[in-house]
Amino acid sequence: MSNVFIAFQANEESRPVVEAIMADNPNATAVESPGMVKIDAPGHLTIRRESIEERTGSRYDLQQLHINLITLSGHIDEDDDQLTLSWKH
Amino acid sequence: MTIDLKTVDIKPLRHTYAHVAQYIGADKAASRYLEGTMGAQSETNFHYRPTWDPEHALFDASRTAIVMSNWYALKDPRQFYYASWTMTRARQQDAMESNFEFVESRGMIDLIPQEVRDQALAVLIPLRHAAWGANMNNSQICATGYGTAFTAPAMFHAMDNLGVAQYLTRLALAMEGPDRLDAAKEAWLVDPAWQPLRRYVEDTLVVQDPVELFVAQNVALDGLLYPLIYGTFVDDRIALQGGSAVAMLTAFMPEWHDEANRWVDAVTKIMAAESEDNKALLTRWIRNWEEQAASALLPVAEMALPGTGRAALDEARQQLRARLGKTGLAL
Repeated sequence: MSNVFIAFQANEESRPVVEAIMADNPNATAVESPGMVKIDAPGHLTIRRESIEERTGSRYDLQQLHINLITLSGHIDEDDDQLTLSWKH
Repeated sequence: MTIDLKTVDIKPLRHTYAHVAQYIGADKAASRYLEGTMGAQSETNFHYRPTWDPEHALFDASRTAIVMSNWYALKDPRQFYYASWTMTRARQQDAMESNFEFVESRGMIDLIPQEVRDQALAVLIPLRHAAWGANMNNSQICATGYGTAFTAPAMFHAMDNLGVAQYLTRLALAMEGPDRLDAAKEAWLVDPAWQPLRRYVEDTLVVQDPVELFVAQNVALDGLLYPLIYGTFVDDRIALQGGSAVAMLTAFMPEWHDEANRWVDAVTKIMAAESEDNKALLTRWIRNWEEQAASALLPVAEMALPGTGRAALDEARQQLRARLGKTGLAL
């Protein structure tokens, strides 16, 4: 199974996103390098809007994560509530 | 000559301040909200008691009968600290400015039938004074409450209420003119329909216990007033009779009320979950003040919604009951 990954700038805005990803994807591993957090996960990785909102206490539009997004790998399947990376077609 | 670029990974020794780590643990980074809130309450080195209240220290948790082992447990789900709160309100203020611009530039006020205009103004403008009372009360909660997690949002809430009063003032100026403000003050002072509510507001101004005051103002009165006035009256009645401009110019209030309820409910929920004593006390306060708030609002409801006022008020009471049920309190 290949990994998918997603990387964010390490800052206040992306912290709740990273926390939400780590909570929702038990197999994911986060690697912190200077100024960046890269999250690898085997097979697939899901970012849920609700989990981010639970952490920030305010409404979150999933498009907001592009502001701090550095790079990602995998095919994207997204709607208003979640963004999933996987290698499935 | 070649130059090799190499990154050096420096691991921070500490994730957050020691006084914040006391509350959240030292193993993870704290959000800005936590850093601006946790451990910010001054606790020590107050040599003298205030001359105006020698029974208590300057900052004293025993001013309220509610007992909390940790006042920082009362976290604000909105995670407001000064910067995030001001940025949120600035955005809402921009939206309100464009609403006023929209309504005024198109002359939408003149399109509202005269009797609908009068009815809207007669009901809404005296509520400036009720909002001012809420401002005073929340300032008092901030002054006599304990723990930044509880007192800081109370101060934001006080300023938000001032904002509500100012929007009502602007509504009067936009729809009629300064004379309407004088008329509304006169109604607040002498019109029999407003006296029970005025009595309620003035009674709350002298409540000593900050948490009881929180219940009387933020849970009981506002919990009934906002759904009744900005829900049933403005949205379901005035807007349907050609007064949608009024709904636009008061758009902030229901939006803010829904947002602020998350904080109000979180506070009551955490306090009630702390101990049976807290729960019993909160229940007693809520029953007492909700009863009084309902009877204070009845004449206003009847004036706003002739014939259906009582039913609308009962509906608002049911809504509040359902809300409180989720926080573990039974009315």
